[in-house]
Parts: sequence; C-alpha cells; structure tokens
Amino acid sequence: MEIHQRSVAELGRMLASRQISALELAKLYLARLERHRELNAFLDVRAEVTLAQARGADASIAKGESGPLTGIPIAHKDIFVTREFASTAASRILEGYMSPFDSTVVERLAQAGMVTLGKLNCDEFAMGSSNENSAYGRVLNPWDKTAVPGGSSGGSAAAVAARIAPAATATDTGGSIREPAAFSGVTGIKPTYGRASRWGMIAFASSLDQAGIMTRSAEDAALIFNAMLGFDSKDSTSVDRPREDYTRALGIDMKGLRIGVPREFFSAGLNDDVERALREALEACVRLGARLKEISLANARLGIPVYYVIAPAECSSNLSRFDGVRFGHRAKKFSDLAEMIKKSRAEGFGPEPKRRILTGTYVLSHGYYDAYYIKAQQVRRLIADDFQRAFQQCDIIAGPVTTSVAFDAGEKAQDPVAMYLSDLYTIPGSLAGLPGMSVPCGFGARGRPVGLQLMANHFEEAKLLGVAHRYQQATDWHLRAPPGID
Amino acid sequence: MPLTLDDVRRIAHLARIEIAPAEAEQVLTQLNGIFRLIAEMQAVDTSGIEPLSHPLGGNQRLREDAVTEQQAREANMANAPAQEHGLFLVPKVIE
Repeated sequence: MEIHQRSVAELGRMLASRQISALELAKLYLARLERHRELNAFLDVRAEVTLAQARGADASIAKGESGPLTGIPIAHKDIFVTREFASTAASRILEGYMSPFDSTVVERLAQAGMVTLGKLNCDEFAMGSSNENSAYGRVLNPWDKTAVPGGSSGGSAAAVAARIAPAATATDTGGSIREPAAFSGVTGIKPTYGRASRWGMIAFASSLDQAGIMTRSAEDAALIFNAMLGFDSKDSTSVDRPREDYTRALGIDMKGLRIGVPREFFSAGLNDDVERALREALEACVRLGARLKEISLANARLGIPVYYVIAPAECSSNLSRFDGVRFGHRAKKFSDLAEMIKKSRAEGFGPEPKRRILTGTYVLSHGYYDAYYIKAQQVRRLIADDFQRAFQQCDIIAGPVTTSVAFDAGEKAQDPVAMYLSDLYTIPGSLAGLPGMSVPCGFGARGRPVGLQLMANHFEEAKLLGVAHRYQQATDWHLRAPPGID
Repeated sequence: MPLTLDDVRRIAHLARIEIAPAEAEQVLTQLNGIFRLIAEMQAVDTSGIEPLSHPLGGNQRLREDAVTEQQAREANMANAPAQEHGLFLVPKVIE
C-alpha cells in the first residue's frame, strides 16, 4: 500500500520501527501538496519550517522519546494561530499576520511530535458552508472539482480527502467540521463544547466555537484527540476534567446499542439519494447488533433561526477587535480615527463577516437585546433539552449531516439564506454543545459522498468513536479515495 | 417589521463599518432575508424558560490575578500597522 494511503496508526508504527523517517514522510506529503495545488486547500506552506519540525521528530525517535504521533504530518485550519506560519482566518483583514504565540491545540499537537504541513484554507472567520467565502479563493472538492468541499473547514476536508495530509485540525461553530467531512467523504469529529481549548483559536461565536479533527478513520481521530483535548487554564470555558484515553472504546461492539433516529431529520427536505445511503448505513448497524429507536427532536427546526441570532451577536462582539490599530489591515486614506476604523473594517472584511457583524450589532442594540439574544438563548435551551430527553431512550443518535450531497460551486453563493439552510442538521447539536461526527457511508448523486451523522451525549466522545470504528470495520466507505487521487 | 435603509446606516455606524450608498440597498435586502428566517423563532412561547448561555450550564471559572506571561512588547507589537517608541500610532484625537 502506498504510504499516503496509510492511517495515522500505521504511520506511527512505521516511524517507531524506523521503516520510514519523519523527514521522508514530510517530504512525501509536501510533494503531494504541491502536486495538488489546484485544490487551493492551503494558504501558507513553508517547507523549511516543516522539514525542521520533521528533523526534530526524528531526533526524538532516535533518543527513544517518541510517542504514537511523533513524526506524523498534520495541517492546521487557518483559524488556529501559529508562530511559524501566517494566521489569517482566510480574511484580508489579517493578511500576513504572524502570531507571537501558538494556539493551545497547535502547541499540544507539536508537543506530541506532530509535524505541521501548513495552514489550511477555510471560509473567512469560519463563516460559511462551502468555503466560497474565503478571501483567498474557493477550495475544490477532490471528488468533483465543480463541487464545493463544504465549509467552513473546506481546506481541512479537501486535504484529508486528497491524501495531502493524514489529518487536519478543523473548527465547528454550527457544523463546520461535520458538513465538509460529509461533502468530502472523510471522517470528522467535534468534541463536547469545552473539551478543546479555544486559546489561540480566532474567535467567531464563543459559546459555540469548538475545535475538532478530520482524519480518514475514527481510530485516527481517537489517537489525535488523546494529544489534542484536555483542560486549559487559558480558556475560561475549558472544562476541567481528568484526561481521557479516547481510544478506550475502539474495541466495543454494537450488540444492544440503542441508536436514536430523529424523525424530524428524515422528513421533507432530505434528498432521496442521501436518505438511501443513510438507511443502508443504519441497516448495517442493525446487522452489527444495534437496535433502532425512533426519537423526536421537536425544536431542532428552530436551530437555524436561533443560531443566526446567537452566532452573529457573538461575532459582532468578537470581531470588534479588528480596528486597524494594533494589528491587521489599516486603510490608506482617512481623515480621522473614526473614519480610519470604518474604512479599515470595510476594506478588510468580506461580505459574509460584514453581514453577520451587522446582524449581530442590530440584535444586540438598545431595545432589541431581549427580543433577539435572550429569546434565542431561551429557545436554545428548548433545543438542548430535547436532546437530553432523547438520550434517556437511546445511547447515540444517528441521522443525516446534510440534506444533499455537495452542491456545485456558485449554486448558493449569491443567496446567504439558502447557504444558511445547509446546516439544518448540524446546528442543533452545536447549540447543545454535544459531540458529533460525520462518517462516510456511501455515495449519492453524481458520485458525491454521503456522511452519516453520529451524536452522543456530553463527554461521550470515546463511545462515539467506538461506534464509528465498529461501523468502519464492517464497511469500507472511509477507505475510498476520490477518482484521480492516486 | 422589515428594516429600512436608515436602519442599515445606523447599524453600520454602530458596527463601525463604512457602507457605500450603492451597497446599502443590497445589504438591506440580505438583512431582511436573514430576519425573516429569524422571525420563526420569535413565535415560540418561552415564558419561564431560563436562557442558556453556556451549553453545559455552569459558571465560568475565575483565576488568580497573577502574572503568567513574560513581557513581550516587541513581539506583541510586531503586527502593528503604525508604531513608534513602543506605542500604537493613530490619527490625532485630541486637539
């Protein structure tokens, strides 16, 4: 088997037994990255930095100080700040920005010996569902270059799908890991809110933002979570719990597992091709011993309106730091300080961040706060409570990630509301702070991938990964590579 | 009630984003589309429901007010668009 088809777990064993060096592996992936430049998955690549990190990993291995991830390449979504690569959030307002520190997620993965391949394209400030909102151009879907890879973590999904990186970090606010993972046929997981440190993750909506990972299998995601997650005193919303071994449930079977199937997720709006693939995936779980149980998430349909109050409100607050004073773009021409700030923001932000800042500013403005923000937080509780009722009847929840397979580039780019509806099935879990993942489960129209969404209750990532791993042992959808990606 | 062009101008000022008059019409249409989407939520009866601000409930931690970082003024100012003697430069605000 070609090296780039091997899993993180296998690469780790090859590195430990000196069948390959970290330097050779880094060079191999950098060469693949260059060969697939047309995907536009990367925003910053600095081979000398990558190769220096790889030499450091080889030195650790030589000294016998290596761990299971030492020398494994990884690429980071350009939402995580990094000292050695530019950090832009795919925005003009941060073009060329060099962070004085590494985000906690990046730092922990580096401490585990992982080698950074570069920074990945995404929707500007992680706002979008197609990666078309990047100030640096859209990312192509490796399965079909006329399709979007999903967003906002489109570069992460495309890089993993095209085998340019064995793993990539990603972030989720309303579905930005699961949706691109589904559209690009890779495995993507967001943990429980509070598991991954938000320190150094460029903030969008602080009560929702959560880092996760994209890989080609649940097993690989579990290995990386072991190094990546855990309490961080630098993030005030970080959850202080003992470290866990996320691989501990990889041996579980599905006998007696109660899978909740939300009836609202299988109603009008779900395309036939996606539904067919999902029903087959659920049948495969039944053959493995699981029992299906119909559940109801009656308020989930309110997720989108609630999200489009809360996320813009929090973004308008977070993005107020971009004023052209301390860092970021500053307009050339202005007559006074107020005009300097207004012009710098007008020139630096793209259309989607502007729309969300304006929406958020309005809902937080005097006289509207209770009617919008507080109201949205109340409905958010109704949505979260539905999940808690559901988890009294089932162990995990399974359903679609998206209503359709990846749509064509340009199809929704001019219609913000149509784009917002892409996240119908992922937003409710994000609002509830639940761990959720997308697992490849087949193909729909025009040979484009379909993802199965699995959700578990708070802090049950290990179980989620165990169930996904069992499914992936019985199926091979996650091993399929896009045509032309050899 | 849909927003008006005046609302857009007022919001843009509050958000400190310059919007060209030609742009304002399109922004108005798009914001009204977003608020039509949001309206669905406003019809829900939420009397007596406690707002959920942190998905896991609970309070945010406080930490000791202690120095944890090294002084790194140069590194922290390296991205400033304009600076002099360790100060950020902005247009004159006091006559």
